[in-house]
Amino acid sequence: MDLKLRVWRQKDANSKGGFENYDVQNITTDASFLEMMDILNEQLVNSGQDPVAFDHDCREGICGMCSLYINGRAHGPDTEVTTCQLHMRKFKDGDTITIEPWRSGGFPVIKDLMVDRSAYDKILQAGGYVSVNTGGVPDANALPISKIDADEAMDAATCIGCGACVATCKNSSAMLFVSAKVSQLALLPQGKVEASRRAKAMVARMDELGFGNCTNTGACEVECPKGISIAHIARLNREFLFATCKE
Amino acid sequence: MTKLNSKIPEGLVAEKWDNYKAHQKLVNPANKRKLDVIVVGTGLAGGAAAASLGELGFNVKVFCYQDSPRRAHSIAAQGGINAAKNYPNDGDSIYRLFYDTVKGGDYRAREANVYRLAQVSNDIIDQCVAQGVPFAREYGGLLDNRSFGGAQVSRTFYARGQTGQQLLLGAYGALNRQIEAGTCKMYNRTEMMDVVVVDGKARGIITRNMVTGEIDAHFGHAVVLATGGYGNVFFLSTNAMGSNGSAAVKAYRKGAYFGNPCYVQIHPTCIPVHGDFQSKLTLMSESLRNDGRIWVPKKKEDAEAIRAGKLKPTEIKAEDRDYYLERRYPAFGNLVPRDVASRAAKERCDAGYGVGTGQAVYLDFKTAIERLGEDKIRERYGNLFQMYEKIVDENPYKTPMMIYPAIHYTMGGLWVDYELQTTIPGLFAAGEANFSDHGANRLGASALMQGLADGYFVLPYTVQNYLADELHTPRLNPEETKEFIEAKDEVQNHINKLMNINGSRSVDSIHKELGHIMWDNVGMARNEKGLKDAIEKISALRKEFWANVKVPGSANEMNPELEKANRVADFLELGELMARDALHREESCGGHFREEFQTEEGEAKRNDQDFTYVATWEYKGSEASPELHKEDLKYEAIEVKVRNYK
Ligand SMILES: Cc1cc2nc3c(=O)[nH]c(=O)nc-3n(C[C@H](O)[C@H](O)[C@H](O)COP(=O)(O)OP(=O)(O)OC[C@H]3O[C@@H](n4cnc5c(N)ncnc54)[C@H](O)[C@@H]3O)c2cc1C
Ligand code: SF4
Ligand code: FES
Repeated sequence: MDLKLRVWRQKDANSKGGFENYDVQNITTDASFLEMMDILNEQLVNSGQDPVAFDHDCREGICGMCSLYINGRAHGPDTEVTTCQLHMRKFKDGDTITIEPWRSGGFPVIKDLMVDRSAYDKILQAGGYVSVNTGGVPDANALPISKIDADEAMDAATCIGCGACVATCKNSSAMLFVSAKVSQLALLPQGKVEASRRAKAMVARMDELGFGNCTNTGACEVECPKGISIAHIARLNREFLFATCKE
Repeated sequence: MTKLNSKIPEGLVAEKWDNYKAHQKLVNPANKRKLDVIVVGTGLAGGAAAASLGELGFNVKVFCYQDSPRRAHSIAAQGGINAAKNYPNDGDSIYRLFYDTVKGGDYRAREANVYRLAQVSNDIIDQCVAQGVPFAREYGGLLDNRSFGGAQVSRTFYARGQTGQQLLLGAYGALNRQIEAGTCKMYNRTEMMDVVVVDGKARGIITRNMVTGEIDAHFGHAVVLATGGYGNVFFLSTNAMGSNGSAAVKAYRKGAYFGNPCYVQIHPTCIPVHGDFQSKLTLMSESLRNDGRIWVPKKKEDAEAIRAGKLKPTEIKAEDRDYYLERRYPAFGNLVPRDVASRAAKERCDAGYGVGTGQAVYLDFKTAIERLGEDKIRERYGNLFQMYEKIVDENPYKTPMMIYPAIHYTMGGLWVDYELQTTIPGLFAAGEANFSDHGANRLGASALMQGLADGYFVLPYTVQNYLADELHTPRLNPEETKEFIEAKDEVQNHINKLMNINGSRSVDSIHKELGHIMWDNVGMARNEKGLKDAIEKISALRKEFWANVKVPGSANEMNPELEKANRVADFLELGELMARDALHREESCGGHFREEFQTEEGEAKRNDQDFTYVATWEYKGSEASPELHKEDLKYEAIEVKVRNYK
């Protein structure tokens, strides 16, 4: 199929960006969205132009590196997939596709469609772990964990840190991302020990970094490629409240 | 003169690691702070090593090319991680895991290393659970296990189909804790461009900031490379787009010997190639072979009708299906090791029984769904089935998956001794980047085990042992040290050279061409003529690259084409080295199959008499042939046999 692309181009963080139009031809429906972008870039390189910069690595929906706002939706029109797993069969011949970077104060643009998500690392550095050193830990089967809790912890743990939730939220809130980690660890006995301390530290770091508040619009849940549920935000609030009550 | 000294400790194989630890040198807590360690890579090996060294109190600088350490390629591992816990009480033990790994590697791995790996495997599971890794559990609350190829026990721990992700996030958490504590300093989007050697020892690295293009020098008393595998030499592989062999190649050029470059693993269950525009291949985890049965039509006319779209696989009766693995290998069936399963698929397809494009076989869940119900299958493999459906647009609960072998893992890598030290003192290599513990073929679920073993439980001891003698080495100032200044200039020149060629071919077009040469001649089946051809063709392609590649943009900005060009330049060198190694190894073993050396039934024929050694290659300059050095392998605890899975 033939497509018209409207792509956000921006030289670097300090430049002003704008849309450029490109045509691509003969794209098969079996190609992934990023393969379509590869074809565009090959075309640009061959005609002496600067290719479009975008983040990607695993191309199988797990590393969380790809992003892209496609026709006004984070990770495009398909549900529960990342941009790299989106396939061109979701589009029609002659479509115009608008491609933008994540738009959020917390994620400044680096170039074209690439953004800086290091704020996510910083939030996790504040406490997104169990404070144990290597070695000297108990046997793995010493503490039985109910399958239900383990499964729910796993649901939360599947967050890939892509940033779609922030990009979609009108408040640029990182609550879904933060709650996924807080919830995962609070559900497990190993993480429970420091659960409220963790919640408090991570929320404080999130605020410091300029992410907005959660007003329960639920938009994040809809666009999350891993189906992380906003129920985790409720658990985060519980741990957070507990932490502030103790003070 | 060879520098190969494997430094295997004294004693029985089961006592060596304890002996080592009992006698290794230590650094006292106050002194650790004065010692700098550079860790390149934040996958399981690098992430675990950096966190553990930081916890000990060393000053650690950590590098990765992604925008966050959490995105290292380990994140993509699906199926599971092995350990000798014997929780299912099915006869597993440290010895059995050790034995299976050596046998699986076709008797081309170093016994002492493999034994240590099996020993620390249990500590890994304990560590990960303590970090909050949500492994799959039974209703009783205890950990669940599944089986992987090459084993007759269930020893694989897993977190749905996302085991690598969960293990990596565990290591990433530990690393984050050290970053917060100030012992580790993280450099994201920073690519290592060279190793700096001062007075014969590794003392640092040169890096390129991928956002600004800035070239920097970093000092370390020791350097650890945990930069992953080089499967992307083949262009198409299951590896991430950015996975590369550059760090290893740069170290090789600086004097680190490269071990067994020709040993690559071709994974039997990947989604088949479907077009020219394709950028990567997607793995369907080996764990699927627990419940999926592999087959092709028994009759050629059925295969032809399927390829022509006139017949559906579901219409073929049970008696007309050839479950060829179950037929050829009744003892292991669908769970034979990867190299065996891959070759068997190729054999059927070459004989005209392939489906899809002709280069595909079926992986069928019908029997399992009848036995266990669709829900159970969804619980076990839901995310893989979803991934398959998104890519292929077919529902694998209703119709069998189509799969074909693809490049997946590199057993070869930088040669290391028992301490994981390369032939450059102070330069360590861990995880997939070293030539490792897997001999000529890696068993499923053993790479995660090896990465974490190296990172959590081996390097913290061996790097410390090395650093104990470095206490009096002052921190060098890269701005004022000749070797750093020269290395930085070399990197700058290399980049300028790439930028200035300004030819007419895109980097990808050359990379794809290299991939075709590799797949056709240095892939699943190799022979003398094909390998000689490959060496010639790659050498010509290398010339073409340096005369005619086009890198747009400038070097002082974010420039993904420049990053790719730098990697492809190294792949061209590596591809040639792999072909050379494959040509010299006149036997078939593990992932290395030479058509001239096979039994009448088409099984690999080893030549233990002449080839029971690790082939390591020393760089001799860009125009000269590398020199071969051999590390002889001795088997004391295990009797070397013909590998048999019948
Ligand atoms: C799809 C897939 C599924 C798999 N499933 C399994 C499984 O189920 N079980 C199993 O045991 N194994 C599995 N494997 C294999 C296993 O995942 C890998 O071998 C292992 O994770 C490698 O870990 P690593 O730490 O050595 O390297 P990686 O995780 O590849 O990390 C490499 C690191 O090095 C960095 N790096 C590389 N080059 C540079 C450079 N020049 N400068 C700076 N940084 C650099 C990267 O940024 C990254 O941080 C799978 C592999 C694939 C591809
Ligand atoms: S919660 Fe979902 S959308 Fe947000 S970062 Fe995690 S995976 Fe992405
Ligand atoms: S590229 Fe890894 S999730 Fe899309």
